[in-house]
Amino acid sequence: MSTIRVEGLRHVYSAKTPFEKIAIDNIDITIGNGELVAIIGHTGSGKSTFIQHLNALLQPSSGTVFVDDEDINADKLSRRDVKRKVGLVFQYPEYQLFEETVYKDIAFGPENMKLSADEVDQRVREAARFVGVDEELFESSPLELSGGQKRRVAIAGVIAMRPGVLILDEPTAGLDPAGCRQILDNICQYRKESGSTVIIVSHNMDDVARIAERVIVFNEGGIAMDGTPNEIFCQPEKLMDMGLNVPHSSLIALELKKRGFPVSCPCYTPQQLKNAILAEKEAGVC
Amino acid sequence: MSIIKFEKVSYSYPGDELPSLCGIDLSIEKGQFVAVLGHNGSGKSTLAKHMNAILVPDEGRVLINGVDTADENRVLDIRRNVGMVFQNPDNQIVANVVEDDVAFAPENLGVAPEEIRRRVDAALKQVGMYELREHAPHLLSGGQKQRVAIAGVIAMEPEIIVLDEPTAMLDPMGREEVISTVTKLCREKGMTVVLITHHMDECVNADRLVVMSNGNIVADGAPAQVFSQVELMEGEGLDVPDTTRLLYELRKEGLELSLEALSPADCAEEIMKIIRG
Amino acid sequence: MLKDITLGQFFPGNTIVHRLDARTKLILVVVYIAALFQATGWISYLAVTAATGTCMYLSRIHPKNMFKGLKPMIFIIVLTAVLNIFYTTGTPVLPGWPITWEGIERAVQMILRIILLITGTFLLTYTTSPIALTDGLEKLFNPLKKIKLPVHEMTIMMSMALRFIPTLIEETDKIMSAQKARGADFETGNLIQRAKAMLPILVPLFVSAFRRADELAVAMESRCYHGGEGRTRMKMLKMQFRDWAALIIGGAFLAMMIVMKKFGL
Repeated sequence: MSTIRVEGLRHVYSAKTPFEKIAIDNIDITIGNGELVAIIGHTGSGKSTFIQHLNALLQPSSGTVFVDDEDINADKLSRRDVKRKVGLVFQYPEYQLFEETVYKDIAFGPENMKLSADEVDQRVREAARFVGVDEELFESSPLELSGGQKRRVAIAGVIAMRPGVLILDEPTAGLDPAGCRQILDNICQYRKESGSTVIIVSHNMDDVARIAERVIVFNEGGIAMDGTPNEIFCQPEKLMDMGLNVPHSSLIALELKKRGFPVSCPCYTPQQLKNAILAEKEAGVC
Repeated sequence: MSIIKFEKVSYSYPGDELPSLCGIDLSIEKGQFVAVLGHNGSGKSTLAKHMNAILVPDEGRVLINGVDTADENRVLDIRRNVGMVFQNPDNQIVANVVEDDVAFAPENLGVAPEEIRRRVDAALKQVGMYELREHAPHLLSGGQKQRVAIAGVIAMEPEIIVLDEPTAMLDPMGREEVISTVTKLCREKGMTVVLITHHMDECVNADRLVVMSNGNIVADGAPAQVFSQVELMEGEGLDVPDTTRLLYELRKEGLELSLEALSPADCAEEIMKIIRG
Repeated sequence: MLKDITLGQFFPGNTIVHRLDARTKLILVVVYIAALFQATGWISYLAVTAATGTCMYLSRIHPKNMFKGLKPMIFIIVLTAVLNIFYTTGTPVLPGWPITWEGIERAVQMILRIILLITGTFLLTYTTSPIALTDGLEKLFNPLKKIKLPVHEMTIMMSMALRFIPTLIEETDKIMSAQKARGADFETGNLIQRAKAMLPILVPLFVSAFRRADELAVAMESRCYHGGEGRTRMKMLKMQFRDWAALIIGGAFLAMMIVMKKFGL
């Protein structure tokens, strides 16, 4: 339940050396309370650098990041506090599990916040429920779990801090389709119940098309497109020009258009495309 | 004679209650591109590890070119003939310089230095990494690292290359690089390719698709034909390509469509047949 | 920060220094260290510095990379300097001061000695690929195989370690960021608290290192690794004329340093 406002954000790696590289530049954006945003862009487009600025893991070379109207880099204390407000789940988060039991690992974040034992317990149970980790697993070692379970425990470890914004970098990377679906469902459910803002970084356009309400496209260190999935995916040619994949259904629609059968957008999920085709067919028959 | 032959192969990991492979029968012909699809824990990686004698069957046998993998005297022959590429590119690169890594396998095989040099250069050219031969592997992208790993096994000049989820950790561009590289090896060099994956889009170009579930083969055939069994695939917790999904949904609406179109172009063609009447 | 560590890094090149046989370079480094420890007077320090400078020039390694390598050593260098300045007896700089002229001289010489020592060894790793380096070690220690020392195993372990240093450093960075995002604090608290705060980094790092080792072993076996027996090398080590020349120059240099020490230069 937090708002993010970014103004003139720029980040330069290895500044003032021959290896100087501008990772992101001129980023201005507001992400409102409770939005479900997907960030897409190919590797090196600056999206990972961007999200690490949202909880002050990286400090801007210039520009300002506000969370709930407070400058998160104002001083050391605000840099610490923002980590509680903005939870960041890295790629392959299961590699950060370290405690002897699942319970203790999920409790690591809340305990760092110096909460009472009762409060910690409550948050651990709540977070575990959100991601579908059974309480029976609380006493097992995180190392004994399956890949998908580990991933969900690691996400619970961040959710347990009750962040107003939850950012997930490629939460489904390396999982099989069933595992992907479950994680995405968990995230949507969490967002519905907690009302928190959720930002997902993803390469999988079909996933993005299915769940996002707003899509931000990064390209060459800047924001190239920003809009609803409708607005973004109804311009598949533009995405392809940036070297990005488009949902498979959009590809089929493009092929149909080539064959003289333009289908009206939205048509980037199989369901939409089916309805569009049926509608066109009806119209054609009449 | 089949180049890879599984005969009633069963295997359980020590300490596991359920077997990972339950009496698998499978024959793969020379030069085929075979994709093996299955969810996590379906036994597909266990199947792969049987192909180069990393694992040997509890029951039944695996024959590579007629040689039993359980024959300890022939293990090196088999491994030389079956190149294996794994999921995590970082954990299979052994040297700090690309070309030294590619040389690792031929060095182990005791090949003469000039011949190693020739094979290393040829292998790097085939995967398109020759220009970067003096680079440090940790500075490469995921797709490039995986191509180095592929070069590392083709330097053994194997007949078969088995890839165990080689794209699971890569971004879309890296996945594309790896898949097009192995497709080329199969189509141009006549290598037998076994690709283990859970990304169904990677199976589309294969000659044959084998679907595994709980240690059994549940479907086996041409990709288009296998994917058209939508209910079966869903029952196994697997997806079908969106092209098949669309045709399937349209068919449920009463349209007379074949489900065996996989590429967007074929799919569009199939729909146009109905539209044009 | 962690990325600044250049230990075990190799800068490919085609200079005379790069082309020398790894064995030659290994022996020369030993000779160099021996020579360095002969240095007592300013003239001999000057001689070693000049020799190091020449090698660096020949290798075309940018001095910037050397300084980068020295960075993690600054603490040790400063500490040595301070100890020498304050704990050397002699003529005080000003009456009543604990600092002596001899102390300052010793401190400067010690700093020079450490820097030269590090620069010399870095020159070896910067210009020699780890494979060549471990091959060289294996060849040099080959006679020890006779007393059942597992020379091949030791050298291959060393080259694997060098190979995985950058990977593990990158991984440490990632894990640190992830734990920081969960509110972990590595910067405040007393020594025990800070040591405890390292657990969330060390445990995942070890778990992952073991997993990597496991997967690496399978990958190596799959590529027909079966110990050192019958292995060949793509890049055969071969002593050339230049290697013998370099060794003779190195030997002469050491002799010169010993003579200089005799005369207290």
